[in-house]
Amino acid sequence: MAKVLMKGNEAIGEAAIRAGCVHFFGYPITPQSEVPEYLSKRLPEVGGKYVQAESEVAASNMIYGSAGVGIRVLTTSSSPGISLMAEGLSYIAACSLPVVVVNIMRAGPGLGGILPAQGDYLQAVKGTGHGDFQLVVLAPASVQEAVNLVILAFELAEKYLTPVMVIGDGMIGQMMEPVEFPIEGVGPPLDPGDWALNGARGRDKRIINSLHLDPEYCNKINMDLKAKYDRIKKNEQRWELYNCEKPYDLLVCAFGMMSRICKTAIDELAQAGYRVGLFRPISVWPFPYATCKQAMQKAKRVLVLEMNMGQMVEDIQLAGQGTREIDFFGTAGGKVFSPDESKEKMLYSLKQAGAGKSRAGVSQPSSKSEGKPKKKKAAKTAGPAKKRKAR
Amino acid sequence: MALHEILMAGFGGQGMLLSGKLLAYAAMTQGREVSWLPSYGPEMRGGTANVTVCLSDKPVGSPYISSPRILLVMNQPSLERFVPKVRSGGLIIVNSSLVPIKADRDDCTVIYVAANDLARTAGTVRAANLVMLGTLVGFSKIIDRETIIKMIKKEFKAKAKFIPANVAAFKSGYQEGTRARGGSR
Repeated sequence: MAKVLMKGNEAIGEAAIRAGCVHFFGYPITPQSEVPEYLSKRLPEVGGKYVQAESEVAASNMIYGSAGVGIRVLTTSSSPGISLMAEGLSYIAACSLPVVVVNIMRAGPGLGGILPAQGDYLQAVKGTGHGDFQLVVLAPASVQEAVNLVILAFELAEKYLTPVMVIGDGMIGQMMEPVEFPIEGVGPPLDPGDWALNGARGRDKRIINSLHLDPEYCNKINMDLKAKYDRIKKNEQRWELYNCEKPYDLLVCAFGMMSRICKTAIDELAQAGYRVGLFRPISVWPFPYATCKQAMQKAKRVLVLEMNMGQMVEDIQLAGQGTREIDFFGTAGGKVFSPDESKEKMLYSLKQAGAGKSRAGVSQPSSKSEGKPKKKKAAKTAGPAKKRKAR
Repeated sequence: MALHEILMAGFGGQGMLLSGKLLAYAAMTQGREVSWLPSYGPEMRGGTANVTVCLSDKPVGSPYISSPRILLVMNQPSLERFVPKVRSGGLIIVNSSLVPIKADRDDCTVIYVAANDLARTAGTVRAANLVMLGTLVGFSKIIDRETIIKMIKKEFKAKAKFIPANVAAFKSGYQEGTRARGGSR
């Protein structure tokens, strides 16, 4: 199939159509408004339905209803809108229903700004809403990957009967890149299985409900969810390692668009003789802890760069279990690290690690420290601290 | 090095985003890797709008570039904001019809092109963005002329009466670029 040049938001909409999604409920908010705009035109063409809800709260209950009757459904929003959907997502997770949610993150907190940010990482992977539930969370780093992951999101949502979220920053939504859709035409309808409320004639009635006043039963629901999340953790970890096949002194950890910016910086540093690898989680939940740890062990030091104030750094610390020093630099408010700024941060960490330009015979990361965890040190926040001083 | 980072800036409505799209589209049809990243902040209304286009033989790393190798500016605010950021040894193309000042960079190649005047001569002043794109292509040869012309025809398919003037504007810019190349090298 030929490649087309498409804006991320429109490509996300088209990917949902190709995956066989026929319902969209949502509310416009920059920087993702092109998704509803695109789908408002495209869904009727394929016999689907598009409804602009009166609010994100309503939209989250509309997707709950659509999934409940066994019709494939998408909603998209941006940070403040996702917060409003939190309650609905908890209900959907409790009832084990398949929905896909896309969050094109903007600067926060509060109304924040409309420019790109990654400040909803913790919200997505640790605490979307109340109760013991978990979203599967995928973080694309290109328009093509956004397309692939939206299609995968529907597959995972239906395989595990659970809500799946795709998180990208404003850049993913707004930029155009060549994309190829892996699916021709429109995918088959959702299999309603033995759970959808699609008419009880000739069978026993089904009930979708998240109120369970009997503690025994409510405990069982939680245990079942836990078992499901354990299966997802086992089967669905995805990641990318870049420049890690050769020895490296510094491991950079970044997700989403920040990882793209880091790649440019890493390439330029490689030309200057520095050895830097990149670990990028694609599934930020389930987080690929084991792979991350292995990659960390091969480096002298670790640097985390994010477009937030250090949200993923906690997962990197969990992965490393104190075996490596971790530096962190963050930027927020819609200010994006440029490749040059990222390079500066990498040079700082390389210097801290005592790693210079590579020559023949440069020593490998010392294996002496392995197995003897150093004292865990809090992530450095030199970047934001400087900013605070300036204000 | 087959990586081109091009920043195109002007007022919203001057068509720099479209110029960038035509360039990205043309490069994509040749099988190259491309990215097109617009500014979409609150500055778009009444202020400057800009787009960063990357063309590469490898997958594009960062689509966000703070110091581009090539800069096209349609207006003075864009010149003041972006000229200092161009990488040393880079290329700057200035629309001298609208920008009364010079780009103060001895370490870069600077081309002044009267884009609005040339576009008016070609048939419509609204095609000044294509004069600028033509100058870039004529000077740098980062892509062949005919592919861009094909893209212009495709873009204006629904408004076919605008095709001749836009193609003519692109060609006159291309000539300016070719001439500048002959002069400076």
